[in-house]
Amino acid sequence: MIELNALWFLLIAVLFIGFFILEGFDYGVGMLLPFLGKTDRERRQIINTIGPVWDGNEVWMITAGGAMFAAFPHWYATLFSGFYLALVLMLLALILRGVAFEFRSKQPGKRWRQWWDRAIFFGSFLPALLWGVALANIVRGVPIDENMIYTGDLLTLLNPLGLLAGVVAVAAFVVHGAIFLALKTDGAVRERAEAMTKKAGPVLTVLIALLVIVGYFETDVLTTQGVVPPITAIGSGAALLATGWLVNDKRFGWGFFTMCLHIALTVITVFRGLFPRVMVSSLNPDWSLTIYNASSSEYTLQVMTVVALILVPIVLVYQGWTYWVFRKRISTGSKLEY
Amino acid sequence: MDSLSLARLQFAVTTVYHFFFVPLTLGLSVFVAITQTVYWRTGNETYWKMARFWGKLFAVNFAMGVVTGIVQEFQFGMNWSEYARFMGDIFGAPLAVEALLAFFLESIFLGVWIFGADKLPLWAHTGAIWLVAIGSNVSALWILVANSFMQQPVGYAIEGGRAVMTDFFALLANPNVWVQFPHVFSSGMTTAAFFVLGISAWHLLRKTENYQEVFRTSFRWSVVYGLIGVVAVMFIGHSQMQHMVRTQPMKVAAAEGLFQSEDPAGLSLFTIGSLDERKEIFSIRIPYLLSILSYNRLDGEVKGFLDLQQEYEQTYGAGVSYIPPIAINYWSFRAMVGAGMLMLALAGYAFYLIRAGKLEGAGRFLRWAPLAILLPYIANTAGWILTEVGRQPWIVFGLQRVEEAVSPNVTTGMLLFSLVGFTLIYGALMAIDVFLLRYFAVKPDHVFFKADEADPALEAVEMTF
Repeated sequence: MIELNALWFLLIAVLFIGFFILEGFDYGVGMLLPFLGKTDRERRQIINTIGPVWDGNEVWMITAGGAMFAAFPHWYATLFSGFYLALVLMLLALILRGVAFEFRSKQPGKRWRQWWDRAIFFGSFLPALLWGVALANIVRGVPIDENMIYTGDLLTLLNPLGLLAGVVAVAAFVVHGAIFLALKTDGAVRERAEAMTKKAGPVLTVLIALLVIVGYFETDVLTTQGVVPPITAIGSGAALLATGWLVNDKRFGWGFFTMCLHIALTVITVFRGLFPRVMVSSLNPDWSLTIYNASSSEYTLQVMTVVALILVPIVLVYQGWTYWVFRKRISTGSKLEY
Repeated sequence: MDSLSLARLQFAVTTVYHFFFVPLTLGLSVFVAITQTVYWRTGNETYWKMARFWGKLFAVNFAMGVVTGIVQEFQFGMNWSEYARFMGDIFGAPLAVEALLAFFLESIFLGVWIFGADKLPLWAHTGAIWLVAIGSNVSALWILVANSFMQQPVGYAIEGGRAVMTDFFALLANPNVWVQFPHVFSSGMTTAAFFVLGISAWHLLRKTENYQEVFRTSFRWSVVYGLIGVVAVMFIGHSQMQHMVRTQPMKVAAAEGLFQSEDPAGLSLFTIGSLDERKEIFSIRIPYLLSILSYNRLDGEVKGFLDLQQEYEQTYGAGVSYIPPIAINYWSFRAMVGAGMLMLALAGYAFYLIRAGKLEGAGRFLRWAPLAILLPYIANTAGWILTEVGRQPWIVFGLQRVEEAVSPNVTTGMLLFSLVGFTLIYGALMAIDVFLLRYFAVKPDHVFFKADEADPALEAVEMTF
């Protein structure tokens, strides 16, 4: 019999992979907007590459949250009440970012558009940074007492590992977004995006190497992989190096694929290292939240398993279809909605 | 203020605000889908213009609903973690189903609809807006499945100090869902109808050039759509009330300002009472009417809240007031019903004007109609205040009280920070949203020509950060 607690841990990992891959490039596009778009028309060109898809991408995060609530209520409760201020900042950023896409080009004024451009930049930068911080702290361990209650504050989260992981997330999404723009645009923006991949790629590689070293001393992720050597971690590094090589060779399609692989394997490594815990307590290992003590009842997990196994493939099909519909490159001469 | 009050205030502010945008999304998505379907079948350009014009306003409104919805999902864990622990086994499931089944659908296909007009055949593009409409309304259904459990818990057991689900289908078949969802659905229709009606009247009065046909048709359709909506909302509201008399009599007593049980019970038109002295001071009542409304017959006991308090002390324990804030319930109920009656009258009168061919001459009606856009918003807001405040002190009726549900580790400082943050940003966005809606609503050229083109001077200068 399949153990449902483990299956749901896996499903939530899948939702996070989907979220970081999809929302990852659109956060990257948002952060690159002021740097790659020099004129208003170019900015619109950039925003329109993700115009039809950003909202659907964001639903991956919302679904991950809903799935945590349904399958591991204590995880959801401890994480959301514990990382409170970080989440407030993330929500404020996401609110501004969402309306910014919709509202930005609906008025002609220069100042109007500049303000929304700032909202898109910070609204993409802050969540990227904060997700890095949050994920690192979940595995590093935070003060959680015997009643599963987080007893730290915002500063607890801003430790060297957390901050480094935040910067890594930002850098990774910038590279991911730049490759995406190199694939989806034409003209000056495409050239700048291609150049950006070459500038940001090495920075990301150095940062990742640093993260591996700090992570090795600060967490047990690399020693709890269950296999020696840790193949997903090595695979993640290899995928990143392959991305660098492919991008240098101007093979951005394959480069995008390997970058997705890099993100996926990184998330898998983190979740594999976490398993069967879902949040590590730094006060006492016995107080960590696990897939057993944080979970819903067997019945709820059964119901949700049926629901997820039917619906997730359907979502994947129609979301995949939309990427096919909007597959064409966008130029400054295209008809632009946003 | 203590953290409990701040968390409650924050929930009230963010939820009421979120629900400013939801009903219009629910009703207008269907309206736009219908207009575009008629265009697809007839090829008449007027309907295409209608779909695009109302679709533009729909998209502006939709964005606000989406971003404020994320706060709703996060809030249960952030401010109400004890609720999430106690109820997660049951409450999380409909939220997750909502995301997987509905939220993906509406978000993805709205993107397809906005950006795909020249990339898809017309039938597929029309299908996209239908999927948005279905997604939005199915999303509302699942949220109401979750909310209905809080009003009327079913299909659960208490195990190890928390509520666990024993029957998923009982959750879905909860009778409360099937009065609440139709009520919300038809109030969405009504909201969209008055939105369309008000804006169309504005243009009919001013005889806006090139768009007379668009707004004449829109006006006619909105009147029919609104009549169906408002009549449905009232009939369903009536059965909802009867359902509430059986399942949440305290809410009914509060909404009616009924101190003592009565049989037969009269309907209060105006009541002043003193809660300290626990008695009514002055009241105008229509005899028998509350019994008739509650049971469809002349007699039948409707319980007063003082009697219910005693009853609940027996069941749930003494030392707690089980009476919700009476004045808020009493007046929100009257605001909702009053706004509903007014909408029925206005929609009926507009229908008469059209049938009698007197629309062109009805200057006064057309002048005031835009103001009527506010009516559904009053009714929607008051209705939810009644539903949620009337459930107090419970967060889940009979199982958990609100004060037991709040996060123990979230401080007043943190709550104050988030409350101020959300309130400021919500306030600013409301102003911007209304400004943008008005920008498109009063000048349809903005929708059809160059609405999104920048100032030509802007193209020459480099954008700075």
